[in-house]
Amino acid sequence: MGPPPEPLLRMRGTVKTFPGVKALSGVDLDVRAGEVHCLLGQNGAGKSTLIKVLAGAHRPDAGEITLAGEPFAPAGPTAAMRAGIATIYQELDLVPGLSVAANVFLGHEPARFGFSRRGAAETAARDLLTRLGHGEIPVRREVGRLSAAQQQIVSMARALSHDARLIIMDEPSAALAHDEVANLFRVIRDLTGQGVAVVYISHRLAEIREIGDRVTVLKDGRSVANGLPVHDTPTSRIVALMTGREGDHAFPERPGVPDGTDEVLRVENLTLDGAFADVSFTVRAGEVVGLAGLVGAGRSEILETIYGARRATSGRVLVDGKAVRPGSTGAAVRHGMGLAPEERKSQALLRYDTVAANMTIAGLARYSRGGWLDRRRERAEVLDQLKALDVRPPDPDRPVVTLSGGNQQKVVLARWLLGGAGDPGGRRLLILDEPTRGVDVGARSELYGLIRELAARGVGVLLVSSEVPEVLGLADRVLVVREGRVLRTAGAGELDEAAVLNMIMEGSAG
Amino acid sequence: MTFTLTKKKADPPERARRGPGEIRHLGLLGALGLLVVVGLVTQPGEFATGGNISGILTLAATIGVITVGMTFVIIGGGIDLSVGALMALASVWATTLATQSYGPVVMVLCAVLVGTGAGVVNGLLIAYGRLVPFIATLAMLVAARGLGQRISERKTQLIRPENNAIESLATTRVLGLPLVVYLFAAVAAAGWVLLNRTTFGRRTFAVGGNPEAARLAGIDVRRHTLALYALSGFCCGIAALIIMARTTTGSATHGDLYELDAIAAVIIGGTLLTGGRGTVVGSILGVLVFTIITNLFVLNGLQTTDQLIAKGVIIVVAVLLQRRGLRTPT
Repeated sequence: MGPPPEPLLRMRGTVKTFPGVKALSGVDLDVRAGEVHCLLGQNGAGKSTLIKVLAGAHRPDAGEITLAGEPFAPAGPTAAMRAGIATIYQELDLVPGLSVAANVFLGHEPARFGFSRRGAAETAARDLLTRLGHGEIPVRREVGRLSAAQQQIVSMARALSHDARLIIMDEPSAALAHDEVANLFRVIRDLTGQGVAVVYISHRLAEIREIGDRVTVLKDGRSVANGLPVHDTPTSRIVALMTGREGDHAFPERPGVPDGTDEVLRVENLTLDGAFADVSFTVRAGEVVGLAGLVGAGRSEILETIYGARRATSGRVLVDGKAVRPGSTGAAVRHGMGLAPEERKSQALLRYDTVAANMTIAGLARYSRGGWLDRRRERAEVLDQLKALDVRPPDPDRPVVTLSGGNQQKVVLARWLLGGAGDPGGRRLLILDEPTRGVDVGARSELYGLIRELAARGVGVLLVSSEVPEVLGLADRVLVVREGRVLRTAGAGELDEAAVLNMIMEGSAG
Repeated sequence: MTFTLTKKKADPPERARRGPGEIRHLGLLGALGLLVVVGLVTQPGEFATGGNISGILTLAATIGVITVGMTFVIIGGGIDLSVGALMALASVWATTLATQSYGPVVMVLCAVLVGTGAGVVNGLLIAYGRLVPFIATLAMLVAARGLGQRISERKTQLIRPENNAIESLATTRVLGLPLVVYLFAAVAAAGWVLLNRTTFGRRTFAVGGNPEAARLAGIDVRRHTLALYALSGFCCGIAALIIMARTTTGSATHGDLYELDAIAAVIIGGTLLTGGRGTVVGSILGVLVFTIITNLFVLNGLQTTDQLIAKGVIIVVAVLLQRRGLRTPT
């Protein structure tokens, strides 16, 4: 093998803190020229933040980074690109209405004589695409009309147009079909053959085995293994590195659901074409059922379809034995469902409104007397909930955006708890999509306790989390989901984290 | 007994919290006060007369009623460019010989129904046909003007003497003000109540502020959007009555560019053009600011061209001031 060459990129002790969250707390990373270096870690381990530091979008608080021996501290994304680091994000940042050539040279169009030289750009773009083995992509075609795989090639051509020495690829295979992945790998090998270094991020261990040279594992914002050779490291070791966590959360006790408890929710052969197929399960009163799976495995789609935010292609949803009209969130709410959606900001919060208005928006019918708002009752119940959930500060008139993530999440949950479970307007089933995302550690335990308490009051809970330990620690029963199918349903006690991770990453049920 | 207790406990902090909104109104009130001072200084003998004040309010009534509907549409995340044209169409339809033969009550009903009906069409196109509000209501603007011209054969239709009950809305005075001013006040008050004291109003804020969150909270966003445009059309029908009373005519040329005046008034009133935030009171103050400016220019014999420039400047300044007020922590 010879002595290890001087790395192209060298990071030591990189730290990045956001208000209330330490996203990176000491990352070491060495990337050599001409290698495919894989970056692994669970959701929230710090991968995205690390990418953004390298792309120049975030400035680290501490640590040193060198690129080809020179200190690397880009002032912004453009500077990082000029230094030779190109990033291909999961959501491709191409302009769909512009041509392939215009996208490749976006921001640095050949225009040396004061006019944009379209011909020159097109010729150069064609050369770059040919270098990537895709000379067949027409450079004048609008990018929006290309396939996902072709768009990715255009992104790579753009990276090459900057003479990138290091290309970061964030889950490049997520949107690709199987044969397209093989093609992507061929392109990556060509690039590394030309001395370009690739940082490759993927959740799929099988891919990493195939394309990767070395692997760095991130956990809780720290690199727990730096540059392990992929071929000598068993999968079990990688999984152990990803999961071996310190400071586990204390999960509340599970009292268990007695046999014969009424079913709250029954899902029968629910299918949404292109997202998931043939999903069947039940949730009983007082039971917490968790869905474990990767982002993009169809978890959120399943929840949203049950809730009527998407219309199922086929299958049925029943609450308390009564079929719910598909494709209507109003019907879902009337049947007693409530949803705390995944994206708090875009899907849940009314950002111009107060805490009180945010809490009551889903329950306005409770305060309606022929359309008139019963503001006294509204206010009384809001104050009750603020107290019950310990929202801080307990001020109903504060703009909701001034609250911390954990408190915002409580406000969203409170939407479905007004009046309490004993109330006729009380909920039968709560659907919680990533309830602890963006919530700091202390508030998490509180939310866990709250979820359990709700279950104890006889509400059924359906929960999704990307963090496997959270699902295993909180749920009574777990459904493991991969690529739109339920692989396994089991009591949470029968599964451990490594087994679940194995299943959702490799699909081997066992 | 408990009622008074809760009220006393609950209300003061709420008032205190809403401070920023009231400060914005204070700004508008200040501008209004400034204009009044300018009027008193430049035309001391004319500005403060009962006749002039009544004239200002009568002028403001037409656009004011339209602005109330526009406020709802904009808070709900939309825009209605068809308001002026809908008012014209409603005035034409209500003053055809055929409609007039049924008497003033039917004329009133006709104007309101035509306005509301066209608003429903707007709403259907936008909520269920997924058209962009700008485009749908622009199309309605053009089509409604055309339809108005067709029905009236491009003639101004006079209200016949036997139907002068309509005209009396503008001529009958109570406490020195014509009835149309009271009609305007009633619409504004109803708008305030609807926005602030009903579930409909609360949902309007939600639908405009974050339609996805509203939908996931179980609100029927499309039905609500439809209702908002119907409401705007309804207001255009009422405005048609006022313009008919004031001019004793129905015409396809009534209300030219009213859509821009109404939108401008809503915006300087502090309502966000992107939806989710706004007030009826601000919009009404906005209408009054514009109407008084017009009045001042007329009284002082200044050119209407300069008046337009002044209005443009006011819109820009108002929006710049609002943007500063909007900045929230985080």
